[in-house]
Amino acid sequence: MEDSQLLHNLFRTEYRKLVSVLCYLFGIKHVEIAEDIVSDTFLAATETWSLKGVPENPTAWLYTVAKNKTKNYLKRDVFFEQKLSPELKYGAEMSEEIVVDLSSKNIADSQLAMIFAVCNPYISTESQVALALNLLCGFGIQEIADAFLTNKEVVYKRINRAKEKLKVENIKIEQPTALEINDRLEPVLTTLYLLFSEGYYSSSQNTILRKDLCAEAMRLVHLLMENKTTNKPSVNALFSLMSFHSSRFDARTNEKGEIVLYDDQDETKWNQELIIQGTYFLNQESTGDTITRYHLEAGIAYWHTQKEDTDEKWDNILQLYNSLLILEYSPIAALNRTFALAKVHGKELAIQEAEKLKLEDSHFYFSLLGHLYTDFDNHKAQTHFKSALKLAKLEADKATIERNIKKLVL
Amino acid sequence: MNEFVLIIRRDMVSKDAIPSPEQMQAAIKPFQDWIGGIAAQNKLVAPPKRWDSDGRVVKQDNIVTNGPYAEIKESVGGLFLIRAENYDEAVEIAKGCPILNWGASVEVRMAVQTEYK
Repeated sequence: MEDSQLLHNLFRTEYRKLVSVLCYLFGIKHVEIAEDIVSDTFLAATETWSLKGVPENPTAWLYTVAKNKTKNYLKRDVFFEQKLSPELKYGAEMSEEIVVDLSSKNIADSQLAMIFAVCNPYISTESQVALALNLLCGFGIQEIADAFLTNKEVVYKRINRAKEKLKVENIKIEQPTALEINDRLEPVLTTLYLLFSEGYYSSSQNTILRKDLCAEAMRLVHLLMENKTTNKPSVNALFSLMSFHSSRFDARTNEKGEIVLYDDQDETKWNQELIIQGTYFLNQESTGDTITRYHLEAGIAYWHTQKEDTDEKWDNILQLYNSLLILEYSPIAALNRTFALAKVHGKELAIQEAEKLKLEDSHFYFSLLGHLYTDFDNHKAQTHFKSALKLAKLEADKATIERNIKKLVL
Repeated sequence: MNEFVLIIRRDMVSKDAIPSPEQMQAAIKPFQDWIGGIAAQNKLVAPPKRWDSDGRVVKQDNIVTNGPYAEIKESVGGLFLIRAENYDEAVEIAKGCPILNWGASVEVRMAVQTEYK
C-alpha cells in the first residue's frame, strides 16, 4: 500500500478514536485541545514516516506519540494544568500520573460517550450531523461541505457554534446510564438516521463520499449495538433498515449519477449480503415487544427487497405504512401508503384517498396523483404531472416527471 | 380544527353476536386501513389503544359488576380521538368504519373548547 494511502486510512480510523478518548478524558470544554493533540500526532507521523519509513505497527506508534504529546502538553501548560487537572476524570492529582487509556474498551466507551454528547437536542440536528461527521467520523471541513453541497465557511461556523453551545450547556461526556437510555437514545438514533440519509439521498455527485457517509452512520449504530446498555431493539431495527437501504445503493443511480427509480432498478445490482444482514437484524429485534418507527420502516424496506409484485408483498407494505402513520404522521409516509393502497385495493380507491391528503405544496403529491391517474384518465394524469413539474426544484426530479408526461397516451 | 371522539359500539355478549369473532378477525385489515387513512390525513390525535374486553362497571353502593355486557348489547368496542373541521367532516370519516357493515355503530362527539386560565 502507498504510504500516503496508509496514512489516509489510519487517519480515517484512528483520528476519531484518539479525539474521543481525549475528549472523554478532558471534557467538552477542551475539545479543541484534544483535536490539536491528535492533529499534531498525525503531523508528526507524516514527517517522521516520510524520513524514516513507516513503523512496524503504525497504530501503536500513533497511540504512543499521542500519549506522549498529551503528557507533554499537560506538563508544559501550567495554565492548562491548573484549569484542567481538577476536572480530569481519573482524579489524577499530578499531570505526570494522567493515564491516556487507549485500550479497546476505553476507546469503545469514549466513542459511545461522544455519540451521546454530540447527538444532543441542545444543538440543531443539522449541527449535530456536521459535528458528528467532524468529531465522531474524522471528516474534514471540506468533505463535510462537499457532502452538504455548501462551502467550508458555513460548515466551519456551524461546527464552532455547536461546540460553543455544548460548552455553554456544560454537556458531560459520559456513559449514559441504563435509566437515561430511553430518553437519550431517541435523539441519537434520529441524528444517525439523518446522517445516513444525508449520504443516501444527497444530490452530491461524489458517490464515494456519499457511500462513506452511509458507512459511517452504520458504524456508529453498530457501536451502539456493541454496548449492552444501548443494544436496544430500536437500534437493531435502525441497523436493519440501513442495511436494506444500502443494499440498493449501487442500483439507484446510473453511470451519469441520475436517480434510477425502484421499478427500473436492475436487481442483480442489489447487494445480497446486506439484504441478508438486514433480514438477520430484523428478525433479531422483532423478538422485543416495543415497536418503533424503525421496526416498521425496516419491515417496509424488507418487502422492497422482494422485487416481484405479489399480493403478500403489497398487503404487508400497506399494513406497515398504516402502522407507521398511526405511530407518527409524515407526508412522505402518507404518499407511500396511498401508493401501496393502489397496489392492494386498486387505483379508484387510492385516488379518492389521495385527494384527501391535500399536500398541495409537494411535487411528490402531484406525481403520485399523476401515477394513479395514468391509464385511468390520462388527461387528468397530465394535469397533475404538470403541477408536479412546476413544484419540482431538482433537475433530476424534473427529468423524471417529464419522462412520465411523455409516456402518457393522450 | 376541532377534536372529536369516535366511539364504536358493538354487541360483545350475545351468543350469536354480530360481528362474530371470525368477522372481527376478517375486519382487522379493513379497520387498520381505515385508521391508516385517517392518519395519512394527519387527522389522528393519538394512536388508538386496544381495550381489554373484560371490563368492570361501578354503580351506586359500591356495586361492581364484570362488564356492562349482561344488560346492553352495545358495548364500547373502541374509542379514539380525531381532528376535523366540523361534524360533517367527522361524520364522513366515521362512515368509513368497516365494522358498521356488521351492525356496529359509531358515536361522534365534538370536544368543547375550554379555556383554562
